Amino acid sequence: MKLLTHNMLSSNFVKGVTKGFPLKIMASKIEEKEVDFNPEFISRMIAKLDWPALYTAAGDIKKAEGLPETITENYESNEDFLKIAHNLLLQVEIIEGDLICPETGRKFPITNGIPNMLLHEDEVTGDK
Amino acid sequence: MASSGRPEHQAPPEIFYNDDEARKYSSNSRMMEIQQQLSERALELLALPEDKPCFILDVGCGSGLSGECLTEEGHVWIGIDISSSMLDVAVDREVEGDLILGDMGYGMPFRPGTFDGVISISALQWLCNADKKYHQPHKRLFKFFSTLYASLSRGAKAVFQLYPENSAQLELITCQAMKAGFTGGLVVDYPNSTKAKKMFLCLFTSGGNCTLPKGLGTDVSDDQVAYSDKRLTFGKLKGKSAKKSRDWIIEKKERRRRQGRDTRPDSKYTGRKRKPRF
Repeated sequence: MKLLTHNMLSSNFVKGVTKGFPLKIMASKIEEKEVDFNPEFISRMIAKLDWPALYTAAGDIKKAEGLPETITENYESNEDFLKIAHNLLLQVEIIEGDLICPETGRKFPITNGIPNMLLHEDEVTGDK
Repeated sequence: MASSGRPEHQAPPEIFYNDDEARKYSSNSRMMEIQQQLSERALELLALPEDKPCFILDVGCGSGLSGECLTEEGHVWIGIDISSSMLDVAVDREVEGDLILGDMGYGMPFRPGTFDGVISISALQWLCNADKKYHQPHKRLFKFFSTLYASLSRGAKAVFQLYPENSAQLELITCQAMKAGFTGGLVVDYPNSTKAKKMFLCLFTSGGNCTLPKGLGTDVSDDQVAYSDKRLTFGKLKGKSAKKSRDWIIEKKERRRRQGRDTRPDSKYTGRKRKPRF
């Protein structure tokens, strides 16, 4: 799972959770994969990202080195900044670990790079 | 699939798409080709802005065949599927998108305003089944559509290719989608053919271009009948033209064309007898 996906994931679909964001990451295996750099996409996504959540997530997996705590001004033209963001968002992959809901502490296991967001019967909202 | 009936009737999706079934999606070239054609058409209906990399959600991504079309167009995607076997195939095929194991009936686990578009190939009809005691299709559909609506950005579209079992099922799906706030409707490709007929549910969020695209093979205006005050002769009234006649052949070719099948163009040689020495 990429950090871009993590930044979009929320556990707000679980019963009793209102915001469910950001999920805490407990990673036991992390890999880095080469992905083509697309500055246009990255700058479009930065506008949508929740940067503090990304900063915390990067801290959780100890990849926050060199990452500014806030978004740099005029980031569209700042290639260094975009490259750091690209590396963090698309190249770092969490292969094994857990995602933890900030409100209920519910664990969503990540296996083979795929987070398991399946719920038990009693956690589903409005389904009963 | 056609030979063994509807897969929804056999088992829940997480059980039906086991390792054996999942393998077909990476080895059976016919299945892969159909999936790819459907994905390309769905992407065409989605009409994303050109030359702009978008962030797309693929619902029921399976082995990631539909995602590959998205990657080719330069978009970044996240796929969600309920079958872990299918997702393992996707991991083996090294697809570009990120994968999530999840049930769409539980709602979409995303932050509001995330995606620029949604595609889904042959997945939605699975939601019409109650595979567990506590499943209620209309509630699951509503849950899915309402959480999906929230996770879309303004003006985003969602295109679902689906195989509804009957019109009641189709009504159930569209009704819940409209209740969740979507506008839009059904686009049917090749409506005159049983085999080539494909249905796409195109849903729009507010703030976008809301004209429904036209289905393929529907350009013949068959909703109007031209009025003529001429008296019909008895011969015409009899209906079909004589078998093997030129008119009969042309009618037949026209019918095939409407069904979207390969047909040679009409020419002066159409329906002409060959010379005896041929």
